[in-house]
Amino acid sequence: MLTMTGVSAVVSVLVLFFILGYLMFNGGTSVNWNFFTKLPKPVGETGGGMANAIVGSAKILLMASCIGVPVGFLGGVYLAEFSGKGVASVVRYAADLLNGVPSIVVGIFAYSVAVLPFKHFSAFAGAFALGVMMIPITLRSTEEFLKGVPRMLREGAMALGASKWRTIATVIVPAAYRGIVTAILLALARVAGETAPLLFTSFGNRFWSQGLSEPTATLPVVIYTYAVAPYEDWHRQAWAAGLVLLGLILVVNILARTILSRGIAIPRS
Amino acid sequence: MQASTKPELSVNITTNVTTPAARETSTALPLRMTISKLNFYYGTKQILFDIGMGIADKKVTALIGPSGCGKSTLLRTLNRMHETVGTSRLEGEILLDGQNILAQDVTLLRRRVGMVFQRPNPFPKSIFDNIAYGPKINGYKGSLADIVEKSLRNSALWEEVKDHLHKSAYELSGGQQQRLCIARALAVEPEVLLMDEPCSALDPISTAKIEELMVELKNLTTIAIVTHNMQQAARVSDFTAFLLTGQIIEFSPTPQLFTTPGDPRTEAYITGRFG
Repeated sequence: MLTMTGVSAVVSVLVLFFILGYLMFNGGTSVNWNFFTKLPKPVGETGGGMANAIVGSAKILLMASCIGVPVGFLGGVYLAEFSGKGVASVVRYAADLLNGVPSIVVGIFAYSVAVLPFKHFSAFAGAFALGVMMIPITLRSTEEFLKGVPRMLREGAMALGASKWRTIATVIVPAAYRGIVTAILLALARVAGETAPLLFTSFGNRFWSQGLSEPTATLPVVIYTYAVAPYEDWHRQAWAAGLVLLGLILVVNILARTILSRGIAIPRS
Repeated sequence: MQASTKPELSVNITTNVTTPAARETSTALPLRMTISKLNFYYGTKQILFDIGMGIADKKVTALIGPSGCGKSTLLRTLNRMHETVGTSRLEGEILLDGQNILAQDVTLLRRRVGMVFQRPNPFPKSIFDNIAYGPKINGYKGSLADIVEKSLRNSALWEEVKDHLHKSAYELSGGQQQRLCIARALAVEPEVLLMDEPCSALDPISTAKIEELMVELKNLTTIAIVTHNMQQAARVSDFTAFLLTGQIIEFSPTPQLFTTPGDPRTEAYITGRFG
């Protein structure tokens, strides 16, 4: 039994290292300065990079955060601090369901509300899809972290003459801040790798996209397109893009953990 | 519920004390707060019955009684902290400087009637920011550094923390944290300071320090303290109210309540026969 549990533990870690190693092996050689600064080359020409996809991903993730974070955060504050039990359980259940909706379905939804009416793919439509996916994660974790703030801190602030809003803004949220930021970063990392919702919203682009209303390249979609294409060079690029994407997500995760371990933690009692 | 032995507890502290001698010592005392005909309910359950008592200015008034007698609830009505939990109903009158606190803006009221809780509850901020919190949210215009120092001196914590004001409040010991919370409450210069079993989570040495502090604080403010520790009430308070099942059984000057209690139930409690 001990052997089985041990082996299972090792296997779960090995999978990660296998993926990392495989990405390094296949994509490592193609990650170079050009990869970050150049546009893709036409088929047949070697070299080129994915600057447009990297910028596109960044642009869409930033915009998605602008949609998902405020809605999720404020909704979480409402759930934790203001709503009655009935409303809260309905919203909470709906958020959990939304979290479980397959990403491709979120993509179709974004397609029908943000692509069809405008008759073209756009960075905005992609950001909308990813933003929607960020809402339930941000909402639930905001709620959880706010609720985790001990009641006695709340009372301490209110006993000094702080209004409810003041208490939330100056004591409760700051006390839960690190947890909330970490959750937001993890939500960001989670949607950063999403491909399905972007396939028919932001679509893709071999060139720089101007503004937010043009089809825009993103790393996950480029990986998908390149990986299924019949060109050896594209496969290498896809591996490289995978490595870069994983690297970015790793950086975000490490950032999240650093934030979580810094500052003043409330001691457990 | 049995009828109170003193059904007509009036707002005037002098009529509540039981002997002529005690009456004489207290007639001259101005009252900071008066509670009259206070009935209090959580949901449909009545917690407090027809409470009437006064809180004498610049004195320590202790509320004692067995667990569940309503002493903490009574204390929490004095700055309306009871409104922060569940559905409650309050009948009667509580006056602060002659004005009904139930008709006042609750945030202004709580600035005037501060509170220290059972367990130290510093905010997850630095020592300095903990003290400065109250003045800041109440729009204090003067120097925060001055008020922080003054409050820490008043709570006898300054010498221990003056060199690391920007460290986390959680690096202090439990007793220091509680004195920090007292300083935090003092920083808004409350007229009344409510203390809800402030030493119940502390060791004897920290407790002694806080008791000493309470006596000193009488120069600055009026104190009402809930305690389950009768010796503590006897040591620090000037007046003591004994509560049982939501009623005030006896309210007298402390020496009198502990030496010649006027009610057999008080005597039974202070001699340790129940509670």
